[in-house]
Amino acid sequence: MEITLKINGAEKKLNVEPRTLLVHAIRDAGLTGTHIGCDSSSCGVCTVVLDGKTAVKSCTMFAVMAEGHEITTIEGMAQGGKLHPLQQAFHDQHGLQCGYCTPGMIMAAHVLLQHNPNPTEEEIRFGLSGNLCRCTGYQNIVKAVQQAAQMLQQPAGAAADD
Amino acid sequence: MIPAAFEYKRPMSLEEAISHLAEHGYDARVLAGGQSLIPAMRYRLAQPAVLVDINKLPNLGYLLEENGKLRIGALVRDTDVEFNKNIQSKYHLISDVSMVVADPIVRFRGTVVGSLCHNDPSGDWAAAAIAARAEMVIQGKNGTRVEAIDQFLVDSFATSIGEGELAVEARFPIPNERTSGAYEKIERKVGDYATAAAAVQIELNPDGTIKEAGIGITAVAHMALRVVEGENLLRGQKPSLDLIRAAAEEARKIADPNPDARGSAEYKKDMARVLVGRGLIKALRRLNVAVA
Amino acid sequence: MAVQTTNLEPKGIQGLGKAIKRKEDSRFIVGKGNYLDDIKLPGMLYMALVHSPYAHAKILNIDASEALKIPGVKAVITAKDLAAAGLSWIPTLAGDKQMVLADGKVLYQYQEVAAVYAETRQAAADGAAAVQVEYEPLPVVVDPYKATAPDAPVLREDLKGQMTGAHGPRRHDNHIWTWDVGSKDETEKALAASEVRIKQHMVYPRSHPAPLEPCGCIGDMNPATGRLTVYMTTQAPHAIRTVLSLVTKIPENNIRVISPDIGGGFGNKVPVYPGYVCAIVGSIVLGAPVKWVETRTENLTTTGFARDFHMDIEIGATKDGKVTAMKVYTLADHGAFDAAADPSKYPAGLFSICTGSYDFQKAYAQVEAVYTNKAPGGVAYRCSFRVTEASYLIERSMDVLAHELKMDPAELRLKNFIQPQQFPYPSALGWTYDSGDYEKTLKVALERIGYAELRKEQAEKRARGELMGIGISTFTEIVGAGPSKDFDILGIKMFDGAEIRVHPSGSAIVRAGTRHQGQGHETTWAQIVSEELGLDVDKIIVEEGDTDTAPYGLGTYASRSTPTAGGAMALGARRIREKAKKIAAHLLEVGENDVEWVDKKFVVKGVPGKSVTMNEVAFAAYTNLPPGMEPGLETTYYYDPPNLTFPHGAYICVVDIDKGTGEVKVRRFVAIDDCGTIINPMIVEGQVHGGLTEGFAMAFMQEIAFDEQGNHLSSNFTDYLLPTALETPKWETGHTVTPSPHHPIGAKGVGESPTVGSPAAFVNAVVDALAHLGVRHIDMPITREKVWRILRQAGVDSF
Repeated sequence: MEITLKINGAEKKLNVEPRTLLVHAIRDAGLTGTHIGCDSSSCGVCTVVLDGKTAVKSCTMFAVMAEGHEITTIEGMAQGGKLHPLQQAFHDQHGLQCGYCTPGMIMAAHVLLQHNPNPTEEEIRFGLSGNLCRCTGYQNIVKAVQQAAQMLQQPAGAAADD
Repeated sequence: MIPAAFEYKRPMSLEEAISHLAEHGYDARVLAGGQSLIPAMRYRLAQPAVLVDINKLPNLGYLLEENGKLRIGALVRDTDVEFNKNIQSKYHLISDVSMVVADPIVRFRGTVVGSLCHNDPSGDWAAAAIAARAEMVIQGKNGTRVEAIDQFLVDSFATSIGEGELAVEARFPIPNERTSGAYEKIERKVGDYATAAAAVQIELNPDGTIKEAGIGITAVAHMALRVVEGENLLRGQKPSLDLIRAAAEEARKIADPNPDARGSAEYKKDMARVLVGRGLIKALRRLNVAVA
Repeated sequence: MAVQTTNLEPKGIQGLGKAIKRKEDSRFIVGKGNYLDDIKLPGMLYMALVHSPYAHAKILNIDASEALKIPGVKAVITAKDLAAAGLSWIPTLAGDKQMVLADGKVLYQYQEVAAVYAETRQAAADGAAAVQVEYEPLPVVVDPYKATAPDAPVLREDLKGQMTGAHGPRRHDNHIWTWDVGSKDETEKALAASEVRIKQHMVYPRSHPAPLEPCGCIGDMNPATGRLTVYMTTQAPHAIRTVLSLVTKIPENNIRVISPDIGGGFGNKVPVYPGYVCAIVGSIVLGAPVKWVETRTENLTTTGFARDFHMDIEIGATKDGKVTAMKVYTLADHGAFDAAADPSKYPAGLFSICTGSYDFQKAYAQVEAVYTNKAPGGVAYRCSFRVTEASYLIERSMDVLAHELKMDPAELRLKNFIQPQQFPYPSALGWTYDSGDYEKTLKVALERIGYAELRKEQAEKRARGELMGIGISTFTEIVGAGPSKDFDILGIKMFDGAEIRVHPSGSAIVRAGTRHQGQGHETTWAQIVSEELGLDVDKIIVEEGDTDTAPYGLGTYASRSTPTAGGAMALGARRIREKAKKIAAHLLEVGENDVEWVDKKFVVKGVPGKSVTMNEVAFAAYTNLPPGMEPGLETTYYYDPPNLTFPHGAYICVVDIDKGTGEVKVRRFVAIDDCGTIINPMIVEGQVHGGLTEGFAMAFMQEIAFDEQGNHLSSNFTDYLLPTALETPKWETGHTVTPSPHHPIGAKGVGESPTVGSPAAFVNAVVDALAHLGVRHIDMPITREKVWRILRQAGVDSF
């Protein structure tokens, strides 16, 4: 069946089966930053944002279900060549190693900060507990989210030279 | 892993949804959050012929208080409950549960009503619904019926929803200021099924004795259970550690768990006891009654 | 033309010891990494595998007719088809062979039985589900101790009656080899003469590296050129190319292995797996590229398990706590094929590091390997070939001994450490430790955690009935395999290579035979070269993973990259600097002996103002050479290390125990590591965080378990438990620096130290919390129920 998905602001016409998982549809549309790591909705590397404030594991949603929603993936985070504060902070704090969990982790953190702009360390660990990382031990990811929270709370322009 | 192929229906009205369900009977499954169903389909443990996606149905996303009840529509996500300030301040049991269902990302899609309909033996919401004495609203071709949770939950993965019916709402009594509750769950990690969990709710009389008690335990039997004898022991009594011990012991007695990687039957039974005890202590503490 | 790239801050000349941010991040943070599953070739087919539901069964019939009727399914192959190509069995790295697809019978649950090729991943999955296989179940061997019972069923009928294997005599059809080291007689005598002796049995359970990116492969045979390109999630692309050439008989120059970005490896991505072979065979047979990406279930059930060592140790000591001798017997469960990834000469890996940081005069270790109805593997999971098992064994045993002696475990360790003046230290089991200062590192850790106060707190809590424990691990690692005199895999010596090309404008491209999977080589290799050549880190590009371009090397695992390729990088750069010095002398118009390398510049001796930079030299290397000199500024260096390196560390863990549920809460964890010279402290700290988290997972969560029928009980992430941010403790890290005397920059490697060293600290802490209840040992993973059982048996109960 033919569906239209709005991904990172662009409408994409896709030919899918009803059983096509959203993650496959996104990846087949050329956006391979969203990864696949398990079959049980456990690892969260496929996390994308739906309608700005909702995170979903795109392996646990059929592509057809995403019609009519705004999907944001990691590729939609940097604007005008400028990294999103979360991307900058993951780099600054060494919040990634192999990079495989990073897109999902950043998207989950993005939604976390929408609901809680100034989270404590414990709240960050709680909020990211649907996303696995095998490399970092999470500590620098937590620091990265803290840095991003600070950057996002600073007035525009003041965040650049942290 | 790729699910088997299925026929996809996306009704735009409740009537249409119910007519699909009536037409396909048990060959059809309702797709709401899909957070249990889709993984099961990926493993091909579930291979429904027809999926009826209710996500586009209008007016099922309500979460409101009316006529003494908290009404949770079929499309209310776990996070709608988790992030709701009114629930956080007044519905202690429900708020506790909403923070430990599955994991934080899954909760953005998973629905309260869907979880109750799934009736997984380890489901969190079932235990809470038992303790809080919730009701379910079920719609069929010929109108709606309201069913007490104890009648609604029938067996492992089975409820009283009939062919051609759709659960549209869960209703929880609004707790008064002398009512509190708690949800105590142990899991091996976030996202795991509970090893054991206990939901409790206590309402006190003005004299400090217990007016009503609700205790639901989950993951320790073929389905979530009400600890009737424990509730009976508490009702009318003044809270004390000995009373809590005795009530908690009733949970251990009726728990009949399957041993698995989460623990032996003996361990899970004891955890049912420990968690009921802890839940009661916490609920009472929330009512400023210290027993330990 | 301005090219839009991710803007990261410029770094300049940044040598060793600088915490510069990683160069490779730029693509990963914007979702532009290029992992295997991101690669899509024109006309590419998808492959799915059919797996056995039984752990041991005869295959009576395979019927693919229904599968072939599914639209889009192109072909189904079984062992019979592979046999025609001579590929139904392939050699393992351990001198055994393994089936590619089940040949007549299956030997473990989920074993690959058939491969289905289709135009879409959906059709491939439907095809695999439609293949009908008839089985006749056979009795299974799950318990390795029962594998060599006289009446045990013979698992490997292909080896039946062959009483000699790749590593010596076999005493039973399910016995693979027996390996030992040290003097048994002298050790037994010393033990008999010891005033105190302890014995302990302990199991290092079967585990799995489970990187978040599963394994995968795209076979792409070009029928026109006869050239095979293989994209593969491999930590060792060059070794894989050689193996593929040997197995397929395709000349090595006609095989190109490309290892794209890898989403974590941890040893899982070293061996050759049946799925890889089937994807390649499919491409050759069908004339189209074939992609196979594991499901998580395939990953956990069929590829690369680790550990599964069942160990018995005996230690002797004097009454006042001086160790005298140790004797170890280990039974190793290798599953259905011996596919352990160890250097040829060491079937039990480097397990003989089991004397650890202590001055044992006598030691003896024996390891026996057996076949069972489980998946093959025995990979070095974030571990230098069985070092993890060895370190756990000795560090856990030192606490058992301390308990027996009623001595503080820190004091016992301090009493037995190899002393700084004893290096290079010849161990009783044959290694020469390069350097170390164990006492210093432990003292830093004790100070940092406040050991004396914690012991006081523990005594007070114990008196109140509260449970708190402190666990120490002062491990020694052995990494950097390795020197060619001892180390090879399939005969290929375990050196590693680096190629450095400096361009006229002062930028450079650097390539190595290693393949990073998150370790940060694109930054650290650039830092080494920047340090040695004075070039801007941003102008040094690092490339690994393409066998057509990179110099040969054995890959990245076993913490070997820095000790091997890192050495090659430094020595290669120094070789370039030698030539550059000649050019500099030419530019400065002085003799070569009048030029020295100071502050990353060539300076005329005694004339500080007169100097040239490497940038200027690089330009001259292409434009203005001394007469007669070969143009260009590049080299390839193969580094054969003279010895292994021996990183060490002191870890201390504090736990509190919930008396109601048995839950263990890690309150604090201090890790002081000594990995020699530190190239990038930020990256080292990141490695330590990650390794500690995997050690924590092994101590409390991760286990590949089976039931009595050989059914796999840990086949997905709901059953094989990886910790989330919420369970993971907060780590406190620190360092001492004892450089390796033989490594070109003094570095030792660090990736695995925390995984190797930490499990014993966690277990020691839990046992310490329960020691007064008579507990001496608990096997991993320490579940709540194990602790609960101990508590309830001791009459401890609580809400």
